[in-house]
Parts: sequence; structure tokens; C-alpha cells
Amino acid sequence: MKFGIMVNEGPYTHQASDSAYFFTKAALDKGHEIFRVFFYHDGVQNGTDFTTPPQDDRNVVKRWSELAQEHDLDLVLCVAAAQRRGLVDEDEQKRHGKDGHNVAPGFRISGLGQLIEAGIQADRLVVFGD
Amino acid sequence: MSEAGATKKFLYINRKAPYGTIYAWESLEVVLIGAAFEQDVSLLFMDDGVYQLIKGMDTKGIGMKNFSATYSALGDYDVNKIYVDQDALAERGLTLEDLQHLVWEDENEDWAEKDSIRLVSRDEIAGLLEEQDVIFNF
Repeated sequence: MKFGIMVNEGPYTHQASDSAYFFTKAALDKGHEIFRVFFYHDGVQNGTDFTTPPQDDRNVVKRWSELAQEHDLDLVLCVAAAQRRGLVDEDEQKRHGKDGHNVAPGFRISGLGQLIEAGIQADRLVVFGD
Repeated sequence: MSEAGATKKFLYINRKAPYGTIYAWESLEVVLIGAAFEQDVSLLFMDDGVYQLIKGMDTKGIGMKNFSATYSALGDYDVNKIYVDQDALAERGLTLEDLQHLVWEDENEDWAEKDSIRLVSRDEIAGLLEEQDVIFNF
């Protein structure tokens, strides 16, 4: 089956990203296809490379990056949600004159159309959040 | 809409008050972008989400942009199936008269103005959920 995944809450405060990660991993392990993982609302915080959790805790961001590299996953951060919340890639850094960029490897910033497309293309869109 | 197989039924469920959290506004942003994809779109307002449609909203006191007018523009985006949980309204002491009068123009009937809001029971909501392909829950 082809899944679309939507993550609506940030890491650590909320379990949504952990659950989405384990769901995505399990689906891939079972041979299913993940069309796209779309991060919205505070969910975009799952894509910041500046995350530095304590050594003895899981690294939610790095975990997504590694899964993306392993399975060629498409991890998309909503641009409007990202701009509000301080997620900046190199293009956005130049455009807005920011001091740095913080989009983690494997993630890209794009528009809400990518979410709608996931709804259209996937057999199931699974939403994680409240 | 006549292209068979190309259209899916999208339902946007709105369950939270318009201010206090960003969910209501970011839900609208998805609805507006999604309208360009010409899918079969419905909106459902339930729980505190029914407050999103209250008329005469004034946000000056909380320093937030008032996005009430966006709901009345939905008809222009061909978003004209707006379901409201009638029990959620009643539980909050509200009636249809407390909500904005949302309308759309039917091009098949010489642009006749029609109501967008449909009050539904919880049994009807169950049926509505059953027939969807994609459900967003905000």
C-alpha cells in the first residue's frame, strides 16, 4: 500500500513524531511505500538541524534524517509553517537575510500543495497529532 | 469534476476555537491551497470548532489578525459544503443565527446564491466520515 504521512506536532513535547516515525519504519519494513512525510504546524520543528538532545535521549530529528537516507524518503516541511517557526534552508536564508540555515539532511521546504498531492496520490493519508 | 477517478473526497474537520491555538488558521490555509486541486471538498465544524464561524468577531483585544472574513470567501473557492455539528452548537448555547451567513453562487442555476452551511446530527456526521477518502483533523 502507498501511504502519505502527516506530522502535526513538534518533537519531545508530543509523541506524534515518535509514533509517525515508528509507523513509517514499520510500513517500510513490511514492504509498503511511503509517498511522502509532510510536517505541518509545530511539526516543522522535527526538521531543525539545531536540535541537540541529551546523549541518553533519542534524537528525533536525526532519526528522521537517517530513515530518509536509508529509504530515499521525501520529508517535506510546510514553507508557511516553517517561516513562522524559524525553519530556514539556504535559499530562505538568502532571501530573508538570516544568519544561518537549519533544515536537517533529508528534509526540504515546500508548499501545502505537497500535502494535498499526498492525499490524492496515496492510498491512505495517516495523520499524527491531536 | 467530471473527470472520473481523478477526484477524491476531502474532509477538513475543525475542532478547536479560532484563537488560542493556530490550528483553525492553519487549517484554513490548507483549505485555500487545496481548493486549487479541484477535489470534492467538505468542511466539518464540531466541538469548539463551531466558534470559528461566529459572526461579529473582534480580535483587537488579543492582538491577533481577525480571519473571520476568510470563511465568507470560501464560496468563491468552490468550497460550499460546510457542515456544522448541531449538537455542538446547542451544547454551547448557540444557534445558526449566531454564525456567519456563508453563501456560494451556483453557476448551474444562473449564479443563484445558496447557503453553504448545513446543520448535521452526529449520526449524519458518522455517515459523512464514512464516505471520505482523505480526512484532515485540525
